Amino acid sequence: MKTISFARKTLAGALAIGSAILLAGCDLPPQESEQSGYRGTGMDQIRSPERVDVLQALNVVPEPQPEAPKDGPPVSQIYQNVKVLGHLSEGEFLRIMTAITEWVMPEQGCGGCHSDNLADDSMYTKVVARRMLQMTQDINAKWTNHVAPAGVTCYTCHRGLQVPQYVWFNDPGPTTPAYMGNRNGQNYPAAAVAYSTLPSDPFSTLLNNPNQIRVQNAVALPTDLKAPGKPIQDTETTYALMMHMSKGLGVNCTFCHNSRAFSSWEQSPPQRSTAWYGLRMVSDLNHSYLDPLKPVYPENRLGPTGDAPKANCATCHQGVNKPLYGVSMLKDYLTELSAKK
Amino acid sequence: MIEYQTIFTQVQARGHAHDGVAMDRGTWPREGKPFFNHWLGVIGNAQIGPFYLGTLGLASLVSGGLAIFIIGMNYLASVNWNPIQMVRQLFWLSLDPPAPKYGLSFPPLNDGGWWMIASFFLLLAVMLWWGRTYWRARALGLGTHVAWAFASAIWLFLVLGLIRPILMGSWSEAVPYGIFSHLDWTAAFSIRYGNLFYNPFHALSIAFLYGSTLLFAMHGATILAVHRFGGEREIEQITDRGTASERAALFWRWTMGFNATMESIHRWAWWFAVLTTLTGGIGILLTGTAVDNWYLWAVKHGVAPQYPDYWPTVTVDPASLPGAVK
Repeated sequence: MKTISFARKTLAGALAIGSAILLAGCDLPPQESEQSGYRGTGMDQIRSPERVDVLQALNVVPEPQPEAPKDGPPVSQIYQNVKVLGHLSEGEFLRIMTAITEWVMPEQGCGGCHSDNLADDSMYTKVVARRMLQMTQDINAKWTNHVAPAGVTCYTCHRGLQVPQYVWFNDPGPTTPAYMGNRNGQNYPAAAVAYSTLPSDPFSTLLNNPNQIRVQNAVALPTDLKAPGKPIQDTETTYALMMHMSKGLGVNCTFCHNSRAFSSWEQSPPQRSTAWYGLRMVSDLNHSYLDPLKPVYPENRLGPTGDAPKANCATCHQGVNKPLYGVSMLKDYLTELSAKK
Repeated sequence: MIEYQTIFTQVQARGHAHDGVAMDRGTWPREGKPFFNHWLGVIGNAQIGPFYLGTLGLASLVSGGLAIFIIGMNYLASVNWNPIQMVRQLFWLSLDPPAPKYGLSFPPLNDGGWWMIASFFLLLAVMLWWGRTYWRARALGLGTHVAWAFASAIWLFLVLGLIRPILMGSWSEAVPYGIFSHLDWTAAFSIRYGNLFYNPFHALSIAFLYGSTLLFAMHGATILAVHRFGGEREIEQITDRGTASERAALFWRWTMGFNATMESIHRWAWWFAVLTTLTGGIGILLTGTAVDNWYLWAVKHGVAPQYPDYWPTVTVDPASLPGAVK
């Protein structure tokens, strides 16, 4: 009987250690749940208070720069080669330059973008920064369906880093032998798609053309057996993008969908519409601003296939459904970063 | 007698190792000298062996081994032959079916060809093992209930990997061979076809699956509970009811007004298990072939309930608005 009780203790110990290892990746209970749809339909948001604490600490908005005098001639008459912000007063111009330094290049300072001749365009970072200013103005003017009322500033993505923490490149996946072991662009733990086995780069296809996201047919019965609609593989790519959105925004599927009918709009929470515009927005930004900057970047800024860094949902959201918890930084920089009059 | 009231076997009745009944119809001799293992005795019979290999068994093991070997080599190749990475990433690794563009043709080896070959040997292994369960039962003079129950599981397997892909005109519709990947496939399958929960055959399958677990728990508990009266000799008590059988029957008649019999409870269990995969297979077979969106199908037939509006305004598809961005 002694051996048995020893064996039982060993077994119990092994079970305890095993469970501890298995559960190490989980958030400690209790989780907070919040109803977000009709009762009894599973429409709720579940958040871990631990993670919310971490996120709140990471999403504190920096103090605005002190107000600057708005009078005086436009800065384009004072400095040379001011192409985007020439309409500002000198005070406003220097104020936004100071803010951008704090938001994007806090360590490098002015020298991160400017050589000794401030008007000189020889540093690639300055060329990129100018284009990013235009992009920010464009977002705040054109994509109000997605970003209003908070709007965006450089800080929304950059958060004190020269390259925002969450950008994406075309991802061909790990290299494997040509004759065997094809990973099919999926089947490895990729952070971008929440460590699922789903395609690790849903962005280069679906953010390139967001109209390809929808996979369900809108009819109950198949209409044309020769054209059976989207295959399972396309569904997995869409699913991967949705996992990215879920993780990037820190929300469950039911934040935007009634999961009993993912495609049904009339049963969806209103934020699904905001997300729809957001997907078109990043697609537009990648096409119009980010991808075309490729020739400007040095090689170390490009991805494994030589493409420019691009934006997805996490680039701005960074784990929060409203970036920076919806606090508007734009309101302090309306002249500088909203649409040029 | 206290040993009888635990939930696992504490008493191991152990005689001399025996070779089993003499067989005149068996084609092969049984292999190996029987031996005993205490820990297996805790969950079953402590005697291991002798084994019956047989033509079907050997062929099945070889085929199945080849399938697993091809899958395993693909796993290992996908981590550039690094065994440590194979262990670390095991749950993510997968051998995927061909891409949709190949339809029902045979794709290049590394684009699903290995999947086709592995599937062929897997299919062969399963069918040969089915033959083994059938012919071994016949050789022992048994009924073939195990073989037909297994056939029901094979039906679901065939629908998923063979019949439905052929009907859909593409091997890409089949299931990948991977731990997480087949789960993601399952979720994607449900999403693509408008939520499998609205598929009535899926619902039946779930009912039989959960019903099976319920029946299993009820029956197992009942027999253990009458163990002290010899209830584990349930086969004898089918024809010659003893006090264990009477008490077990009385217990259920008292608690729910009806009781199965020592014989019929096994028919209940067999049918619930068989119907789980039988109805499940029908549900999968109809998906994409006869029904494209199960939710809309359920709406059409008045099965899906409608809920009151929850949000102040009804959300509209932005793509349907005039002048929508492309």
